[in-house]
Amino acid sequence: MNMLLKNREALLVVAILALLALITLRFPGFIQPANLGRVYNDTSILIILALGQMAVILTRCIDLSMAANLALCGMVAGLINVALPGLPIPLVIASVVALGAALGAINGLLVWKLNIPPIVVTLGTLTIFRGSIFLLTGGQWINAHQMSDAFKALPRADLLGIPALSWFSIAIIAIVFVVMTRTAVGRAFYAVGGNPHAAVYTGIDVGRTRFLAYCLSGALAGFAGYLWVSRYAVAYVDIALGFELDIIAACVIGGISIAGGIGSVPGAVLGALFLGVIKNALPVINISPFAQMAISGTVIIIAVAVNARAERRKGRVILKKAEAH
Amino acid sequence: MLQDTTTLRMKPAIALEGISKSFPGVHALSDVSLSLYPGSVTALIGENGAGKSTLVKILTGIYQPDGGAIRVDGAEVHFPSASAAARAGVTAIHQETVLFDELSVAENIFLGHAPRTRFGLIDWTKLNADARQLLSRVGADIDPTIRLRDLGIASKHLVAIARALSIDARVVIMDEPTAALSYKEIHELYELIDRLKADGKAILFISHKFDEIFRIADRYTVFRDGRMVGDGVIAGTTQDDLVRMMVGRDVGQVFPKQEVSIGGPVLTVSGYRHPTEFEDINFELRRGEILGFYGLVGAGRSEFMQSLIGITRPSAGAVRLDDRVLVIRSPAEAIEAGIVYVPEERGRQGAIIGMPIFQNVTLPSLTRTSRSGFLRMAEEFRLAREYTSRLDLRAAALDQDVGTLSGGNQQKVVIAKWLATKPKVIILDEPTKGIDIGSKAAVHAFMSELAAQGLSVIMVSSEIPEIMGMSDRVIVMREGRMVGQYERADLTAEKLVRAAAGISETTP
Amino acid sequence: MAEEPMTTRHIPDRLQGRSARLLKSWESLLVVVAILIFTVNSFASPYFLDPWNLSDATFNFTEKALIAFAMALVVISGEIDLSVASIVALTSTAMGYAAAQGFDTPALVAVGLMTGLACGAINGLLVTRLGLPSIVVTIGTMSLFRGIAFIVLGDQAFTSYPESFAYFGQGYVWWVFSFEFCLFLGFAVFYAALLHLTNFGRAVYAIGNNQTAALFSGVRVARVKFTLFLLTGLMSAIASICLTSRLGSTRPSIALGWELEVVTMVVLGGVSILGGSGTIGGVVLAALIMGMVTFGFGLLNVPGIVMSIFIGFLLISVIALPILYARLKRRMAH
Repeated sequence: MNMLLKNREALLVVAILALLALITLRFPGFIQPANLGRVYNDTSILIILALGQMAVILTRCIDLSMAANLALCGMVAGLINVALPGLPIPLVIASVVALGAALGAINGLLVWKLNIPPIVVTLGTLTIFRGSIFLLTGGQWINAHQMSDAFKALPRADLLGIPALSWFSIAIIAIVFVVMTRTAVGRAFYAVGGNPHAAVYTGIDVGRTRFLAYCLSGALAGFAGYLWVSRYAVAYVDIALGFELDIIAACVIGGISIAGGIGSVPGAVLGALFLGVIKNALPVINISPFAQMAISGTVIIIAVAVNARAERRKGRVILKKAEAH
Repeated sequence: MLQDTTTLRMKPAIALEGISKSFPGVHALSDVSLSLYPGSVTALIGENGAGKSTLVKILTGIYQPDGGAIRVDGAEVHFPSASAAARAGVTAIHQETVLFDELSVAENIFLGHAPRTRFGLIDWTKLNADARQLLSRVGADIDPTIRLRDLGIASKHLVAIARALSIDARVVIMDEPTAALSYKEIHELYELIDRLKADGKAILFISHKFDEIFRIADRYTVFRDGRMVGDGVIAGTTQDDLVRMMVGRDVGQVFPKQEVSIGGPVLTVSGYRHPTEFEDINFELRRGEILGFYGLVGAGRSEFMQSLIGITRPSAGAVRLDDRVLVIRSPAEAIEAGIVYVPEERGRQGAIIGMPIFQNVTLPSLTRTSRSGFLRMAEEFRLAREYTSRLDLRAAALDQDVGTLSGGNQQKVVIAKWLATKPKVIILDEPTKGIDIGSKAAVHAFMSELAAQGLSVIMVSSEIPEIMGMSDRVIVMREGRMVGQYERADLTAEKLVRAAAGISETTP
Repeated sequence: MAEEPMTTRHIPDRLQGRSARLLKSWESLLVVVAILIFTVNSFASPYFLDPWNLSDATFNFTEKALIAFAMALVVISGEIDLSVASIVALTSTAMGYAAAQGFDTPALVAVGLMTGLACGAINGLLVTRLGLPSIVVTIGTMSLFRGIAFIVLGDQAFTSYPESFAYFGQGYVWWVFSFEFCLFLGFAVFYAALLHLTNFGRAVYAIGNNQTAALFSGVRVARVKFTLFLLTGLMSAIASICLTSRLGSTRPSIALGWELEVVTMVVLGGVSILGGSGTIGGVVLAALIMGMVTFGFGLLNVPGIVMSIFIGFLLISVIALPILYARLKRRMAH
């Protein structure tokens, strides 16, 4: 039990299973594989975004501009598709991923080179990115009939009975997992957030590492932009409005410490899934979907309180007899 | 001075020549030279503030010297950054271990130079295996895959040593490596150092404990006030020689100690204890007395004092002030009762950088300078002027940001701040740490004057001359306990050093 | 170090006169910006200088500014409260619910203020008692408070407010001076006095600059912070009363996204997001600037979202430009 409490991911798995059990009492159909697959598919975009946010939060920063970045990149993807319907979809995706990374790089440069607090930078770019959508379109929507079939079909394309959207998120989870656990830059994210002072001693450039985290979150937001617009087959100024808070909520629930340095890929994924399960379960068990917001708020507060408890440091040990615990 | 023939014939692995470093108002190092030889342990000895930590920071590339040269194998080098020093093979194991609590033990050892697979990815299998091997080399029975924060201080230290080995350093600096180790672990460390010597590493060993210096070191260098005052080989040197070099200044002349007739007890502390930090603290503080608390860094003195003013809670114990039993739950209550604490960490706990001098001074006394909750600036300036001028503050104006002052003048502002509350008892924690000679004298003179006016003073200090020059009585603490009490009449530096380090009266 | 004579030397109270400091301050830069925008606006549109138009324009910022005053204190103390807009929504919902039960205006106001204080107390307790970071706590309560409003209202709205309730958002005290604008002026004076003239305000600065040293100096840090969260709750409730009264209805999405605008107003007003510095005067000026920009753009038929881009640029550039300028000056000196 003690072991379990120490492992945040295991705790979260138990919480999700308990949640599923509760839902099943009211609506047995929920845990059928097909439905769980739908829930996962529906949460895919949040998972991708939470992984990007996680990289940023690990380095003691925050990215409030992710949803706006997503909206802008999604709109650009739509515009490209409308202007050049014949352009292969992979090229569309590549261009919005590059755009997203560039937007993330703007955040990163302002944090790295000018030392502006991350919350101020991304608060500013959040309004600028979303405003730019309006400048691009004059407030016009891009509707389903304007998009090419290939553009809309990709997220729904079926491979081994699983939609491509789910495959994309699985691939992103795998890639980010490798980056986080097996590359120098991934480990630098942890080092910079865990102890920036010591990171300097080990020869890590703190500012540059933060910059790279923003590039990653930007690129993932750009990719999520295409997925969002093609899945819902509509693009307008206000898509994913306020979604930045869901992303942060997923991270906090997933045990990623806002103070930096603590968090894991499975944690972020499970945090997003937890929100996804709640969101999809509420309608089927006859709780108003309007309750979702209050529930996720409560869960965030509980999660941060539990994390804080686990992270609390012990006092200094000076007495010899106290050392042998 | 004795010279040994073996090291003389050898070329130093690294040599510092005529190094100087100063900070605003302080000469931290003046014209210091030091050579470290392969396969040899050099002990660096000196009081706190003698310049040892500045030297370590220059060797590891954190500070750049103002003058002088660093030579590696005879060629002059510069260390513009920590990584440059690491590349040159210099590594330090710090007193306060700077590592990553949330990362695994193995990663702490290899961060920045982890083994890679063919695809350029970090090879965790090899990393953990290598870490396990390094840990067994330092004799540590630690699972390399657990998180560092789950280890005790002693084990963290061994991890830091393993990290130093992983870099394959040529020069290893050990800054009080045994401070947190048990008897058994210390002996394992000795064996490890012997092995490092056999590997041909040059070791700089910083310690306050003479028994271990004589056990492990081949050579010694003594610093005092940022200068090198002696060096040589350990063989043929006695503890008394080293202590004399360390404290060898004429103590009586520097300190403006006034003769004060000491009154009755003011503060009585009995049975004070904390689960992990200190226990069995019992003493009386009398009117007009300066009571010194001596001990090595980390002996639990600051922790006890902070508990006295309500920062942490003791698990048991009673405090009486003027025959009234006190229960203090916060610094605000301590100030109200008349006990104030001038903290050791000036920048973090004392001065409020970013706020003007006068606002720093009046912060704990605002109820006195204000009227029904409203500030009265004129009163604040009056109070600030009264106390800062008594301490001979040097500043351009009272509305100057306290952060623009030198360390010594910041300390005057901090002391003025707590004195302005008109306390009955003032606790000064390392009151002259890291400040220039002129400011030191002003602080000492003022402390004497306060005692003469009937204030009771507790002075925590790790500097022998200060403790001997200023105290009427000295309590020595070691590992969270009181281990000795001496009246001014029978104080000697040797007694204090021995009590604090836990070595017996007889010279080995 | 050269020996200096040990005579008592006189240290002046202040290094430079008040006027010299004022001239170099952030606030004077804001005044220049405000005058510039005012001038541009009056040239750009003939309708700008009409007193009634100007009076209408104040509704663009007064409610947000009321929250920004309290937010400024929270940010100066080194914390942040992102739940303010949700407190507005929950407060409005509570008042709407009470109105639907037939309560009259004084009771509605009481319900509103109590709701705001309760929300503030929850934030304050979570931050001071459990020691949680305020940015996460208030992201959580932001969802929680608005979520409760959604549970109560769903896609419905409360619209049955008593007639006398309309005064707060629509009434005029004298000539073109609306009740809201007078409230704005009154609270500007109140918060300026609280922050700059009282012991409490001094404690706020001390905590923001160095919380540990403030604690060691006898500042009751937890108590001060708790009070600050109570104040933001209270001011959000007051803003909610005005907004609800002005709109005459409550939907759960009321005041959506205001937290970002309020924080922008505070930072634009020269309050350091890292805590420790800032003035109420700066926040007042920032409110005026943001209000005038919105109004001016509105007269020119520029959509609101373009104006938000402008605010975003303003937010980043007012912080970036001084840094770039200092860097340039250093490079020139070399």
